[in-house]
Amino acid sequence: MPLIEAEGLSIEFPLYHIGARSLKKRLFAASRLREDESHRIVVAALRDLSFRIRPGERVALVGSNGAGKTTLLRTLAGIYEPVGGRLVVEGSIGTLIDPGAGMDMDATGRENIRLRGLFLGLSEAECDQLAEEAGRFSGLGEFLDVPVRTYSAGMSVRLSFASATLMNPQILLMDEWFLAGDADFMARAEERLAQLVEGADILVLATHSMDVVRKWCTRAIHLAGGRVVADGPVEDVLAELPGGTG
Amino acid sequence: MDQVIIPETTRRYVRDAGDQQRVQRALADLGQGLARWRLARALAALDIRNRYRGSVLGPFWMTLSTAVMVAGIGVLYSALFRLPLREYLPYLAVSLLVWNTISQIVIDACGSFISSEAIIRQMPLPFTIHALRYVLRNAIIAAHSLPLIVVVFLICGVTPGPGAVLALAGLALLVLNAFAIGLFLGMICARFRDIQQIVTNVMQLLFFVSPVLWKPELLRENQVWLPLNPVYSLMETVRGPLVESGASTIIWISALVYTVLACTIAFAFFVRFRSRIAFWV
Repeated sequence: MPLIEAEGLSIEFPLYHIGARSLKKRLFAASRLREDESHRIVVAALRDLSFRIRPGERVALVGSNGAGKTTLLRTLAGIYEPVGGRLVVEGSIGTLIDPGAGMDMDATGRENIRLRGLFLGLSEAECDQLAEEAGRFSGLGEFLDVPVRTYSAGMSVRLSFASATLMNPQILLMDEWFLAGDADFMARAEERLAQLVEGADILVLATHSMDVVRKWCTRAIHLAGGRVVADGPVEDVLAELPGGTG
Repeated sequence: MDQVIIPETTRRYVRDAGDQQRVQRALADLGQGLARWRLARALAALDIRNRYRGSVLGPFWMTLSTAVMVAGIGVLYSALFRLPLREYLPYLAVSLLVWNTISQIVIDACGSFISSEAIIRQMPLPFTIHALRYVLRNAIIAAHSLPLIVVVFLICGVTPGPGAVLALAGLALLVLNAFAIGLFLGMICARFRDIQQIVTNVMQLLFFVSPVLWKPELLRENQVWLPLNPVYSLMETVRGPLVESGASTIIWISALVYTVLACTIAFAFFVRFRSRIAFWV
Protein backbone atom coordinates (compact mmCIF):
# COMPACT_ATOMS: atom_id res chain seq x y z
CA MET A 1 0.00 0.00 0.00
CA PRO A 2 1.61 3.27 -1.11
CA LEU A 3 2.33 5.57 1.77
CA ILE A 4 4.55 8.47 2.75
CA GLU A 5 5.27 9.03 6.39
CA ALA A 6 7.57 11.67 7.83
CA GLU A 7 8.37 12.14 11.48
CA GLY A 8 10.47 15.12 12.51
CA LEU A 9 12.10 15.15 9.08
CA SER A 10 14.98 17.65 8.82
CA ILE A 11 17.37 18.51 6.00
CA GLU A 12 20.34 20.81 6.36
CA PHE A 13 22.55 22.05 3.55
CA PRO A 14 26.11 22.70 4.56
CA LEU A 15 27.55 25.86 2.99
CA TYR A 16 31.10 24.93 2.08
CA HIS A 17 32.23 27.04 -0.78
CA ILE A 18 31.45 30.51 0.46
CA GLY A 19 33.16 32.61 3.10
CA ALA A 20 31.83 30.84 6.14
CA ARG A 21 33.98 32.95 8.42
CA SER A 22 32.43 36.25 7.44
CA LEU A 23 29.05 34.63 7.46
CA LYS A 24 29.44 33.58 11.07
CA LYS A 25 29.53 37.21 12.15
CA ARG A 26 26.12 37.82 10.68
CA LEU A 27 24.73 34.51 11.77
CA PHE A 28 22.14 35.63 14.23
CA ALA A 29 20.40 37.94 11.81
CA ALA A 30 19.10 35.13 9.64
CA SER A 31 17.30 32.45 11.57
CA ARG A 32 17.64 29.65 9.03
CA LEU A 33 21.42 29.76 9.06
CA ARG A 34 23.07 28.23 12.03
CA GLU A 35 26.31 26.61 13.11
CA ASP A 36 26.13 22.87 13.66
CA GLU A 37 28.09 20.81 16.19
CA SER A 38 31.13 20.49 13.91
CA HIS A 39 31.20 24.28 13.35
CA ARG A 40 29.86 24.25 9.83
CA ILE A 41 27.43 26.83 8.61
CA VAL A 42 24.27 25.07 7.53
CA VAL A 43 21.00 26.19 6.03
CA ALA A 44 18.04 24.50 7.64
CA ALA A 45 16.13 23.67 4.46
CA LEU A 46 13.50 21.53 6.15
CA ARG A 47 12.85 21.68 9.84
CA ASP A 48 11.04 19.04 11.81
CA LEU A 49 8.36 18.06 9.30
CA SER A 50 5.79 15.50 10.32
CA PHE A 51 2.99 14.35 8.06
CA ARG A 52 1.42 11.24 6.67
CA ILE A 53 0.13 10.89 3.12
CA ARG A 54 -2.25 8.02 2.46
CA PRO A 55 -3.28 6.44 -0.85
CA GLY A 56 -5.72 8.55 -2.83
CA GLU A 57 -4.40 11.86 -1.50
CA ARG A 58 -3.38 14.63 -3.91
CA VAL A 59 -1.14 16.94 -1.97
CA ALA A 60 -0.08 20.43 -3.01
CA LEU A 61 3.04 21.93 -1.49
CA VAL A 62 2.57 25.69 -1.40
CA GLY A 63 4.70 28.49 -0.05
CA SER A 64 6.97 31.26 -1.26
CA ASN A 65 10.28 30.75 -3.05
CA GLY A 66 12.82 29.07 -0.82
CA ALA A 67 10.19 27.64 1.51
CA GLY A 68 11.57 24.14 0.92
CA LYS A 69 9.08 22.75 -1.58
CA THR A 70 11.54 21.34 -4.09
CA THR A 71 13.88 20.17 -1.36
CA LEU A 72 11.00 18.23 0.15
CA LEU A 73 10.21 16.67 -3.24
CA ARG A 74 13.84 15.64 -3.65
CA THR A 75 13.95 14.22 -0.16
CA LEU A 76 10.81 12.19 -0.80
CA ALA A 77 12.41 10.95 -4.03
CA GLY A 78 15.38 9.68 -2.05
CA ILE A 79 17.98 12.13 -3.35
CA TYR A 80 18.73 13.84 -0.07
CA GLU A 81 19.07 11.86 3.10
CA PRO A 82 17.48 13.34 6.20
CA VAL A 83 19.91 14.60 8.83
CA GLY A 84 17.21 14.27 11.42
CA GLY A 85 13.97 12.40 11.81
CA ARG A 86 12.57 9.51 9.90
CA LEU A 87 11.03 9.04 6.48
CA VAL A 88 9.17 5.99 5.24
CA VAL A 89 8.15 5.78 1.60
CA GLU A 90 6.33 2.78 0.25
CA GLY A 91 5.57 2.33 -3.42
CA SER A 92 7.20 2.97 -6.77
CA ILE A 93 8.16 6.60 -7.24
CA GLY A 94 8.03 8.73 -10.35
CA THR A 95 9.65 12.15 -10.30
CA LEU A 96 8.98 15.11 -12.58
CA ILE A 97 11.26 17.61 -10.91
CA ASP A 98 13.73 18.92 -13.46
CA PRO A 99 12.81 18.75 -17.14
CA GLY A 100 16.39 18.51 -18.30
CA ALA A 101 17.51 15.92 -15.76
CA GLY A 102 20.02 13.57 -17.32
CA MET A 103 19.66 15.09 -20.79
CA ASP A 104 22.70 15.07 -23.01
CA MET A 105 22.72 18.06 -25.32
CA ASP A 106 24.94 16.42 -27.92
CA ALA A 107 22.87 13.26 -28.20
CA THR A 108 19.82 13.03 -30.42
CA GLY A 109 16.28 13.10 -29.10
CA ARG A 110 15.94 9.37 -29.57
CA GLU A 111 19.21 8.67 -27.75
CA ASN A 112 18.05 10.85 -24.88
CA ILE A 113 14.80 8.95 -24.54
CA ARG A 114 16.71 5.67 -24.48
CA LEU A 115 19.05 7.12 -21.87
CA ARG A 116 16.02 8.11 -19.84
CA GLY A 117 14.85 4.52 -20.01
CA LEU A 118 18.21 3.31 -18.73
CA PHE A 119 17.99 5.80 -15.87
CA LEU A 120 14.65 4.28 -14.99
CA GLY A 121 16.23 0.83 -15.00
CA LEU A 122 14.60 -0.52 -18.17
CA SER A 123 16.09 -3.19 -20.41
CA GLU A 124 17.36 -2.38 -23.92
CA ALA A 125 14.20 -3.73 -25.57
CA GLU A 126 12.00 -1.68 -23.26
CA CYS A 127 14.11 1.39 -24.06
CA ASP A 128 13.42 0.91 -27.76
CA GLN A 129 9.73 0.69 -27.00
CA LEU A 130 9.99 3.83 -24.89
CA ALA A 131 11.75 5.71 -27.68
CA GLU A 132 9.00 4.68 -30.06
CA GLU A 133 6.21 5.85 -27.73
CA ALA A 134 7.83 9.07 -26.59
CA GLY A 135 8.84 9.90 -30.13
CA ARG A 136 5.27 9.63 -31.29
CA PHE A 137 3.89 11.56 -28.35
CA SER A 138 6.36 14.42 -28.58
CA GLY A 139 5.45 14.94 -32.24
CA LEU A 140 9.07 15.79 -33.03
CA GLY A 141 9.05 13.74 -36.22
CA GLU A 142 12.32 13.85 -38.09
CA PHE A 143 13.91 16.04 -35.41
CA LEU A 144 14.00 12.99 -33.16
CA ASP A 145 17.25 11.98 -34.85
CA VAL A 146 18.92 15.38 -34.56
CA PRO A 147 21.07 16.44 -31.58
CA VAL A 148 19.07 18.12 -28.81
CA ARG A 149 21.49 21.08 -28.96
CA THR A 150 19.75 22.25 -32.13
CA TYR A 151 16.25 22.13 -30.64
CA SER A 152 14.18 25.20 -29.96
CA ALA A 153 13.10 25.74 -26.34
CA GLY A 154 9.63 24.44 -27.14
CA MET A 155 10.99 21.33 -28.76
CA SER A 156 13.17 20.40 -25.80
CA VAL A 157 10.19 20.90 -23.51
CA ARG A 158 8.22 18.45 -25.63
CA LEU A 159 11.01 15.94 -25.62
CA SER A 160 11.63 16.04 -21.88
CA PHE A 161 7.93 15.98 -21.13
CA ALA A 162 7.35 13.01 -23.39
CA SER A 163 10.26 10.98 -22.08
CA ALA A 164 9.71 11.88 -18.44
CA THR A 165 6.01 11.10 -18.29
CA LEU A 166 6.18 7.65 -19.80
CA MET A 167 5.79 5.82 -16.54
CA ASN A 168 3.06 4.77 -14.22
CA PRO A 169 4.29 5.18 -10.68
CA GLN A 170 2.28 4.74 -7.52
CA ILE A 171 3.71 7.91 -6.06
CA LEU A 172 4.12 10.88 -8.37
CA LEU A 173 6.35 13.74 -7.25
CA MET A 174 5.97 16.76 -9.49
CA ASP A 175 7.29 20.29 -9.66
CA GLU A 176 5.03 22.88 -11.24
CA TRP A 177 7.36 23.26 -14.17
CA PHE A 178 5.58 20.37 -15.81
CA LEU A 179 2.38 22.34 -15.96
CA ALA A 180 3.93 25.14 -17.98
CA GLY A 181 4.48 24.79 -21.69
CA ASP A 182 3.32 26.16 -25.00
CA ALA A 183 -0.46 26.15 -25.36
CA ASP A 184 -0.56 23.91 -28.41
CA PHE A 185 1.33 21.13 -26.71
CA MET A 186 -0.30 21.70 -23.31
CA ALA A 187 -3.66 20.37 -24.48
CA ARG A 188 -2.14 16.97 -25.15
CA ALA A 189 0.25 17.26 -22.23
CA GLU A 190 -2.56 17.92 -19.81
CA GLU A 191 -4.42 14.84 -20.94
CA ARG A 192 -1.28 12.79 -20.37
CA LEU A 193 -0.69 14.38 -16.97
CA ALA A 194 -4.28 13.72 -15.95
CA GLN A 195 -3.78 10.05 -16.87
CA LEU A 196 -0.58 9.93 -14.90
CA VAL A 197 -2.09 11.61 -11.85
CA GLU A 198 -5.16 9.40 -11.92
CA GLY A 199 -3.01 6.30 -12.26
CA ALA A 200 -0.91 7.24 -9.27
CA ASP A 201 -2.10 6.53 -5.77
CA ILE A 202 -0.35 9.55 -4.32
CA LEU A 203 0.46 12.90 -5.92
CA VAL A 204 2.75 15.45 -4.34
CA LEU A 205 2.89 18.65 -6.34
CA ALA A 206 4.95 21.76 -5.61
CA THR A 207 3.36 24.84 -7.10
CA HIS A 208 2.76 28.59 -6.90
CA SER A 209 -0.42 28.50 -8.91
CA MET A 210 -3.57 28.40 -6.81
CA ASP A 211 -5.61 27.43 -9.86
CA VAL A 212 -3.47 24.34 -10.23
CA VAL A 213 -3.90 23.52 -6.56
CA ARG A 214 -7.69 23.80 -6.77
CA LYS A 215 -7.83 21.79 -9.95
CA TRP A 216 -5.60 18.88 -9.03
CA CYS A 217 -5.31 18.60 -5.29
CA THR A 218 -7.34 17.50 -2.30
CA ARG A 219 -4.95 18.57 0.40
CA ALA A 220 -2.43 21.37 0.77
CA ILE A 221 0.66 21.69 2.92
CA HIS A 222 1.88 25.24 3.36
CA LEU A 223 5.62 25.47 3.94
CA ALA A 224 7.37 28.59 5.17
CA GLY A 225 10.99 28.80 6.21
CA GLY A 226 11.30 25.03 5.99
CA ARG A 227 8.46 24.37 8.41
CA VAL A 228 4.87 23.25 7.96
CA VAL A 229 2.65 26.19 8.84
CA ALA A 230 -0.63 24.77 7.65
CA ASP A 231 -1.81 21.36 6.54
CA GLY A 232 -5.35 20.43 5.59
CA PRO A 233 -8.05 20.55 2.92
CA VAL A 234 -7.18 22.83 0.02
CA GLU A 235 -9.70 25.61 0.72
CA ASP A 236 -8.80 25.85 4.41
CA VAL A 237 -5.09 26.20 3.72
CA LEU A 238 -5.49 28.60 0.80
CA ALA A 239 -7.76 30.86 2.84
CA GLU A 240 -5.01 31.39 5.37
CA LEU A 241 -2.31 32.09 2.79
CA PRO A 242 -0.94 35.63 2.77
CA GLY A 243 -2.38 37.25 -0.31
CA GLY A 244 -5.80 35.77 0.35
CA THR A 245 -7.30 33.31 -2.07
CA GLY A 246 -4.58 33.65 -4.69
CA MET B 1 -2.00 6.65 -25.86
CA ASP B 2 -0.44 3.28 -25.12
CA GLN B 3 1.67 3.24 -22.08
CA VAL B 4 5.05 1.70 -21.80
CA ILE B 5 4.96 -0.72 -18.97
CA ILE B 6 7.48 0.30 -16.41
CA PRO B 7 8.10 -2.44 -13.87
CA GLU B 8 6.03 -1.48 -10.88
CA THR B 9 8.06 -3.07 -8.19
CA THR B 10 6.65 -1.86 -4.95
CA ARG B 11 9.60 -0.67 -2.99
CA ARG B 12 9.79 0.55 0.50
CA TYR B 13 12.46 2.62 1.97
CA VAL B 14 13.03 3.90 5.41
CA ARG B 15 15.42 6.74 6.06
CA ASP B 16 15.94 7.12 9.72
CA ALA B 17 18.54 9.62 10.87
CA GLY B 18 18.74 7.78 14.17
CA ASP B 19 19.39 4.35 12.64
CA GLN B 20 21.12 4.84 9.32
CA GLN B 21 22.18 1.23 8.59
CA ARG B 22 25.15 2.62 6.74
CA VAL B 23 26.88 -0.67 5.94
CA GLN B 24 23.78 -2.34 4.52
CA ARG B 25 22.93 0.73 2.47
CA ALA B 26 26.48 1.02 1.11
CA LEU B 27 26.45 -2.66 0.13
CA ALA B 28 23.04 -2.27 -1.49
CA ASP B 29 24.36 0.76 -3.38
CA LEU B 30 27.31 -1.26 -4.70
CA GLY B 31 25.12 -4.21 -5.64
CA GLN B 32 22.45 -2.16 -7.41
CA GLY B 33 25.01 0.06 -9.08
CA LEU B 34 27.00 -2.84 -10.51
CA ALA B 35 23.81 -4.55 -11.65
CA ARG B 36 23.03 -1.46 -13.75
CA TRP B 37 26.32 -1.45 -15.66
CA ARG B 38 24.39 -0.87 -18.88
CA LEU B 39 23.52 2.64 -17.75
CA ALA B 40 27.13 3.29 -16.72
CA ARG B 41 28.33 2.01 -20.09
CA ALA B 42 25.90 4.23 -22.00
CA LEU B 43 26.98 7.27 -19.97
CA ALA B 44 30.68 6.44 -20.44
CA ALA B 45 30.18 6.14 -24.21
CA LEU B 46 28.46 9.55 -24.20
CA ASP B 47 31.32 11.03 -22.16
CA ILE B 48 33.85 9.92 -24.73
CA ARG B 49 31.74 11.09 -27.63
CA ASN B 50 31.27 14.51 -26.06
CA ARG B 51 34.92 14.86 -25.09
CA TYR B 52 36.06 14.27 -28.67
CA ARG B 53 33.11 15.84 -30.43
CA GLY B 54 34.01 16.96 -33.92
CA SER B 55 37.51 15.54 -33.66
CA VAL B 56 38.56 13.32 -36.56
CA LEU B 57 40.88 11.02 -34.60
CA GLY B 58 38.92 11.13 -31.35
CA PRO B 59 40.46 8.99 -28.61
CA PHE B 60 43.17 7.94 -31.07
CA TRP B 61 44.81 11.31 -30.38
CA MET B 62 46.03 9.74 -27.16
CA THR B 63 47.49 6.85 -29.14
CA LEU B 64 49.17 9.22 -31.54
CA SER B 65 50.66 11.46 -28.87
CA THR B 66 51.94 8.39 -27.00
CA ALA B 67 53.43 7.07 -30.24
CA VAL B 68 55.28 10.35 -30.80
CA MET B 69 56.51 10.35 -27.21
CA VAL B 70 57.67 6.74 -27.44
CA ALA B 71 59.62 7.47 -30.62
CA GLY B 72 61.18 10.70 -29.33
CA ILE B 73 62.02 9.62 -25.80
CA GLY B 74 62.97 6.14 -27.01
CA VAL B 75 65.77 7.35 -29.23
CA LEU B 76 67.13 9.87 -26.71
CA TYR B 77 66.92 7.80 -23.54
CA SER B 78 68.19 4.58 -25.09
CA ALA B 79 71.33 6.60 -25.83
CA LEU B 80 71.37 8.17 -22.35
CA PHE B 81 70.89 4.85 -20.58
CA ARG B 82 73.13 3.01 -23.10
CA LEU B 83 70.39 0.46 -23.79
CA PRO B 84 69.79 -1.14 -27.20
CA LEU B 85 66.79 0.56 -28.83
CA ARG B 86 65.12 -2.77 -29.61
CA GLU B 87 65.19 -3.65 -25.94
CA TYR B 88 64.25 -0.24 -24.57
CA LEU B 89 61.44 0.65 -26.97
CA PRO B 90 58.97 -2.12 -25.99
CA TYR B 91 59.63 -1.37 -22.31
CA LEU B 92 59.02 2.33 -22.86
CA ALA B 93 55.86 1.81 -24.93
CA VAL B 94 54.21 -0.36 -22.29
CA SER B 95 55.48 1.92 -19.50
CA LEU B 96 54.12 5.08 -21.01
CA LEU B 97 50.77 3.56 -21.86
CA VAL B 98 50.26 2.10 -18.41
CA TRP B 99 51.50 5.31 -16.79
CA ASN B 100 49.24 7.52 -18.91
CA THR B 101 46.29 5.32 -18.04
CA ILE B 102 47.04 5.37 -14.31
CA SER B 103 47.67 9.10 -14.31
CA GLN B 104 44.48 9.89 -16.21
CA ILE B 105 42.48 7.57 -14.01
CA VAL B 106 43.73 9.20 -10.82
CA ILE B 107 43.16 12.74 -12.10
CA ASP B 108 39.75 11.86 -13.53
CA ALA B 109 38.84 10.15 -10.24
CA CYS B 110 38.67 13.59 -8.63
CA GLY B 111 35.67 14.38 -10.80
CA SER B 112 33.88 11.04 -10.62
CA PHE B 113 31.02 12.56 -8.61
CA ILE B 114 31.42 16.25 -9.40
CA SER B 115 31.03 15.63 -13.12
CA SER B 116 27.77 13.77 -12.46
CA GLU B 117 26.41 16.57 -10.30
CA ALA B 118 23.42 17.28 -12.53
CA ILE B 119 22.28 13.68 -12.28
CA ILE B 120 23.04 13.21 -8.60
CA ARG B 121 20.88 16.17 -7.62
CA GLN B 122 17.96 15.16 -9.81
CA MET B 123 17.69 11.41 -9.67
CA PRO B 124 17.98 8.86 -6.91
CA LEU B 125 20.58 6.50 -8.36
CA PRO B 126 23.17 4.28 -6.68
CA PHE B 127 26.39 6.33 -6.41
CA THR B 128 28.28 3.28 -7.63
CA ILE B 129 26.96 4.02 -11.12
CA HIS B 130 28.95 7.26 -11.28
CA ALA B 131 32.15 5.55 -10.18
CA LEU B 132 31.55 2.76 -12.68
CA ARG B 133 30.94 5.34 -15.41
CA TYR B 134 34.33 6.91 -14.77
CA VAL B 135 36.13 3.53 -14.72
CA LEU B 136 34.49 2.49 -17.98
CA ARG B 137 35.25 5.73 -19.81
CA ASN B 138 38.91 5.50 -18.85
CA ALA B 139 39.05 1.82 -19.78
CA ILE B 140 37.59 2.58 -23.21
CA ILE B 141 40.08 5.40 -23.82
CA ALA B 142 42.99 3.23 -22.68
CA ALA B 143 41.88 0.40 -24.99
CA HIS B 144 42.38 2.69 -27.98
CA SER B 145 46.12 2.66 -27.34
CA LEU B 146 46.53 -1.11 -27.37
CA PRO B 147 47.35 -1.25 -31.11
CA LEU B 148 50.44 0.86 -30.40
CA ILE B 149 51.88 -1.89 -28.22
CA VAL B 150 51.29 -4.46 -30.94
CA VAL B 151 53.01 -2.24 -33.50
CA VAL B 152 56.05 -1.62 -31.28
CA PHE B 153 56.34 -5.31 -30.45
CA LEU B 154 56.21 -6.21 -34.15
CA ILE B 155 58.85 -3.63 -35.07
CA CYS B 156 61.19 -4.75 -32.31
CA GLY B 157 60.50 -8.42 -32.85
CA VAL B 158 59.30 -9.05 -29.29
CA THR B 159 57.08 -12.06 -28.76
CA PRO B 160 55.65 -12.20 -25.24
CA GLY B 161 55.69 -15.74 -23.85
CA PRO B 162 52.71 -17.54 -22.34
CA GLY B 163 53.46 -15.73 -19.07
CA ALA B 164 52.12 -12.56 -20.67
CA VAL B 165 48.63 -13.80 -19.80
CA LEU B 166 49.42 -12.67 -16.25
CA ALA B 167 49.23 -9.09 -17.50
CA LEU B 168 45.47 -9.61 -17.55
CA ALA B 169 45.57 -10.23 -13.81
CA GLY B 170 47.56 -7.00 -13.51
CA LEU B 171 44.91 -5.19 -15.51
CA ALA B 172 42.20 -6.60 -13.25
CA LEU B 173 44.06 -5.21 -10.22
CA LEU B 174 44.31 -1.87 -12.00
CA VAL B 175 40.55 -1.81 -12.62
CA LEU B 176 39.80 -2.65 -8.98
CA ASN B 177 42.11 0.12 -7.82
CA ALA B 178 40.60 2.56 -10.30
CA PHE B 179 37.14 1.85 -8.91
CA ALA B 180 38.29 2.26 -5.30
CA ILE B 181 40.16 5.48 -6.09
CA GLY B 182 37.15 6.80 -7.98
CA LEU B 183 34.93 6.31 -4.94
CA PHE B 184 37.50 7.68 -2.51
CA LEU B 185 38.92 10.65 -4.42
CA GLY B 186 35.50 11.34 -5.92
CA MET B 187 34.04 11.88 -2.46
CA ILE B 188 37.03 13.77 -1.02
CA CYS B 189 37.27 16.08 -4.03
CA ALA B 190 33.53 16.78 -3.98
CA ARG B 191 33.92 17.96 -0.40
CA PHE B 192 37.31 19.70 -0.64
CA ARG B 193 37.75 21.27 -4.05
CA ASP B 194 41.49 21.93 -3.57
CA ILE B 195 42.40 18.26 -3.49
CA GLN B 196 42.19 18.03 -7.26
CA GLN B 197 45.11 20.47 -7.67
CA ILE B 198 47.15 18.58 -5.11
CA VAL B 199 46.49 15.29 -6.88
CA THR B 200 47.59 16.72 -10.22
CA ASN B 201 50.85 17.89 -8.67
CA VAL B 202 51.48 14.60 -6.88
CA MET B 203 50.98 12.71 -10.14
CA GLN B 204 53.59 14.90 -11.83
CA LEU B 205 56.05 14.11 -9.08
CA LEU B 206 55.20 10.41 -9.22
CA PHE B 207 56.01 10.34 -12.94
CA PHE B 208 59.62 11.15 -12.17
CA VAL B 209 60.09 9.02 -9.05
CA SER B 210 58.48 5.95 -10.61
CA PRO B 211 60.36 3.79 -13.10
CA VAL B 212 58.43 4.89 -16.17
CA LEU B 213 61.23 6.14 -18.38
CA TRP B 214 64.06 4.54 -16.44
CA LYS B 215 64.51 0.90 -15.53
CA PRO B 216 64.42 -0.19 -11.88
CA GLU B 217 67.86 -1.85 -12.34
CA LEU B 218 69.43 1.61 -12.54
CA LEU B 219 68.80 1.98 -8.81
CA ARG B 220 71.11 -1.00 -8.16
CA GLU B 221 70.94 -2.09 -4.50
CA ASN B 222 68.33 0.57 -3.75
CA GLN B 223 65.72 -1.03 -5.97
CA VAL B 224 64.48 -3.14 -3.03
CA TRP B 225 62.67 -0.01 -1.85
CA LEU B 226 60.73 0.43 -5.07
CA PRO B 227 57.73 -1.77 -4.14
CA LEU B 228 56.92 0.88 -1.53
CA ASN B 229 55.69 2.95 -4.46
CA PRO B 230 52.14 1.70 -5.22
CA VAL B 231 52.29 3.07 -8.75
CA TYR B 232 55.40 1.05 -9.49
CA SER B 233 53.94 -2.20 -8.12
CA LEU B 234 50.68 -1.83 -10.02
CA MET B 235 52.44 -0.79 -13.21
CA GLU B 236 54.87 -3.69 -12.97
CA THR B 237 52.08 -6.31 -12.71
CA VAL B 238 51.10 -5.30 -16.26
CA ARG B 239 54.49 -4.36 -17.67
CA GLY B 240 56.47 -7.25 -16.17
CA PRO B 241 54.52 -10.08 -17.81
CA LEU B 242 54.55 -8.27 -21.17
CA VAL B 243 58.17 -7.20 -21.58
CA GLU B 244 60.25 -8.71 -18.78
CA SER B 245 59.03 -12.32 -18.61
CA GLY B 246 56.98 -11.77 -15.49
CA ALA B 247 56.94 -9.69 -12.33
CA SER B 248 58.56 -10.86 -9.11
CA THR B 249 56.59 -12.33 -6.23
CA ILE B 250 57.25 -9.29 -4.07
CA ILE B 251 55.66 -7.09 -6.75
CA TRP B 252 52.53 -9.22 -6.87
CA ILE B 253 52.26 -9.32 -3.10
CA SER B 254 52.69 -5.57 -2.74
CA ALA B 255 50.23 -4.89 -5.58
CA LEU B 256 47.69 -7.13 -3.87
CA VAL B 257 48.28 -5.44 -0.52
CA TYR B 258 47.81 -1.99 -2.08
CA THR B 259 44.61 -3.13 -3.79
CA VAL B 260 43.16 -4.51 -0.58
CA LEU B 261 44.15 -1.33 1.23
CA ALA B 262 42.63 0.92 -1.42
CA CYS B 263 39.38 -1.05 -1.47
CA THR B 264 39.13 -1.11 2.32
CA ILE B 265 39.74 2.61 2.72
CA ALA B 266 37.37 3.46 -0.13
CA PHE B 267 34.65 1.23 1.29
CA ALA B 268 35.06 2.66 4.78
CA PHE B 269 34.70 6.20 3.46
CA PHE B 270 31.80 5.16 1.25
CA VAL B 271 29.97 3.64 4.21
CA ARG B 272 30.55 6.71 6.34
CA PHE B 273 29.93 9.51 3.84
CA ARG B 274 27.73 8.05 1.10
CA SER B 275 24.66 9.86 2.34
CA ARG B 276 26.51 13.20 2.23
CA ILE B 277 27.59 13.06 -1.43
CA ALA B 278 24.35 14.62 -2.68
CA PHE B 279 25.01 17.64 -0.44
CA TRP B 280 28.65 17.96 -1.50
CA VAL B 281 28.47 17.97 -5.28
